[in-house]
Amino acid sequence: MTVMEQRGAYRPSPPPAWQPRMDPAPLLPDAEPYRVLGTEAAAKADPDLLIRLYAQLVRGRRYNTQATALTKQGRLAVYPSSTGQEACEVAAALALEERDWLFPSYRDTLAVVARGVDPVEALTLLRGDWHNGYDPRTHRVAPLSTPLATQLPHAVGLAHAARLKGDDVVALALVGDGGTSEGDFHEALNFAAVWQAPVVFLVQNNGFAISVPLAKQTAAPSLAHKAVGYGMPGRLVDGNDAAAVHEVLADAVRHARAGGGPTLVEAVTYRMDAHTNADDATRYRADAEVEAWRAHDPIELLEAELTARGLLDQPAIEAARQDAEEMAADLRDRMNRDPELDPMALFDHVYAETTAQLREQRALLRAELEAEQEQHGEPEGGIR
Amino acid sequence: MTTVAVKPATMAQALTRALRDAMADDPAVHVMGEDVGTLGGVFRVTDGLTKEFGEDRCTDTPLAEAGILGTAVGMAMYGLRPVVEMQFDAFAYPAFEQLISHVSRMRNRTRGRMPLPITVRVPYGGGIGGVEHHSDSSEAYYLATPGLHVVTPATVADAYGLLRQAIASDDPVVFLEPKRLYWSKDTWNPEQPTQVEPIGRAVVRRPGRSATLITYGPSLPVCLEAAEAARAEGWDLEVVDLRSLVPFDDETVCAAVRRTGRAVVVHESTGFGGPGGEIAARIAERCFHHLEAPVLRVAGFDIPYPPPMLERHHLPGVDRILDAVARLQWEAEG
Repeated sequence: MTVMEQRGAYRPSPPPAWQPRMDPAPLLPDAEPYRVLGTEAAAKADPDLLIRLYAQLVRGRRYNTQATALTKQGRLAVYPSSTGQEACEVAAALALEERDWLFPSYRDTLAVVARGVDPVEALTLLRGDWHNGYDPRTHRVAPLSTPLATQLPHAVGLAHAARLKGDDVVALALVGDGGTSEGDFHEALNFAAVWQAPVVFLVQNNGFAISVPLAKQTAAPSLAHKAVGYGMPGRLVDGNDAAAVHEVLADAVRHARAGGGPTLVEAVTYRMDAHTNADDATRYRADAEVEAWRAHDPIELLEAELTARGLLDQPAIEAARQDAEEMAADLRDRMNRDPELDPMALFDHVYAETTAQLREQRALLRAELEAEQEQHGEPEGGIR
Repeated sequence: MTTVAVKPATMAQALTRALRDAMADDPAVHVMGEDVGTLGGVFRVTDGLTKEFGEDRCTDTPLAEAGILGTAVGMAMYGLRPVVEMQFDAFAYPAFEQLISHVSRMRNRTRGRMPLPITVRVPYGGGIGGVEHHSDSSEAYYLATPGLHVVTPATVADAYGLLRQAIASDDPVVFLEPKRLYWSKDTWNPEQPTQVEPIGRAVVRRPGRSATLITYGPSLPVCLEAAEAARAEGWDLEVVDLRSLVPFDDETVCAAVRRTGRAVVVHESTGFGGPGGEIAARIAERCFHHLEAPVLRVAGFDIPYPPPMLERHHLPGVDRILDAVARLQWEAEG
């Protein structure tokens, strides 16, 4: 066959019609945040679970007030309080199985503690004695992430790796409303959907990214809507309703574990305190708004439900508060002790094997510390 | 024992072989990046890996460098050894936050509890006629970041040996591939790859007595050529191939400079704020009394990487190196 004959035989086929991969309708979130407490759905909720959620909420609130007090006393460099958002934090921890992984952001200490991490170790970053206090593998909790949304692709990669290894492990990644504007948020969601990774993204929309309100953050109808463009379901939930957040997250985790792929959950909540102790929230929001949210407090919502159903009485409430007080007293006591710092540890974990350059610098610091010791007696920490 | 003929092989072939052998030896090794699968990479370095090991082991990812490296972090957290391809030097910039904020620090942040054995392959440097964003020498950014190893092969044997070591390393390694050397050939036996010096060791590629040229990656062949040309001028130049920018081999470099008393650092990257400044300072700090002349740098100009039709004026060539060597005749200028 000649070249010309080949050309004559060539019939360009029309471009294939573009087909959407699926009907986007089931991916779209509800118009209103999903609620359980105070609705008929509450009757179906597991009473034991509600009581566990309640106990953790009360502990969480107390943890927040205690850590904030420690900041004022100079024991913590900074503490981003999650008061008002405890339902999201607690539900995140309780929606996971032990083998699952949690990827927190800097405001998610409560979720980390509710997952079983020692309350003092969870504060290591914020106290400033090291960048991370706990072993991520022990509790399957990634380090608190300070850059926004950069932990989300880690969650996707870990979930993907687990699935490649044949483990039915799910990763749950937490991010704030501001974090949804970051590139890593979009890349993580896209990778998760393309790979059908068993990962759940929880956006805690607490209204403000430091001072910037949601309206200046996004033009989308809701943050949950963003899921649709990546090809995953978006769910909108009342973030102050612990039962609702738990149900939606547990659903999404089950879905992911069963091979159904990722879900984006937006929990609508409110940050009652300032961004951190270094922030003045009165500059960007009105007291009336804060008060309106105070009437929608996550602890009171659950307390009302449990009390109405006879699952909680005054002695039980007192017992929960007493338990939280004991946790706070222990935290206070241990945080008031000076951490043991070893300056020589600065060089220990830069590389698996210390480089010649770092060995030289280590020797320099040791000499400085020894000179200090001669002049002033015991230096800070010991010298190895 | 069967004898396999030692044939000429290209650096790209040696890199492919290194990836293949690493994947065959350790099921935790996963190759990922844009176009690394079906296409085999735009430089064909990952050619055949998907066919041999499947899409789960050599994965075409969405086009998003932060996502590629960010998901690799999570994969490494779960015990895999990702080898990430960044396609071109300037394409790696979107992944910088992941590299600087997480990859380089995870071991340190977790006090050694969570090392990240990730290899980031970055084809870098000019000389291939690439348009903008395809020829940057980005090594200075990487070597300024504690926690990363930064290595760059200049020979076929090193391409294989260093990449195997990088993948086996429990620390993250930025593996800079001099793309204009991808097609450079050397006699090399892929069935019995020769052992190379470990990461962190520099190698004297050409002994000499008059002065030491210190270089790495794409500039090594240029320096060797300059050394040959310098013989006509009566100069016997020593050429040191750094191979590894982090860790830096002060010992080999200083021993070489002490032998000759004169040193020129040669690289494509910009001179101002470039690796040469650091290297010259280290030599001055350690070998001052052995120096017969100031340490000179022959580097790329301090300009954004030029368009391909002008790049030959930017890249350090033999003449510019020889001019610097001539300027080392310090005492003659007094």
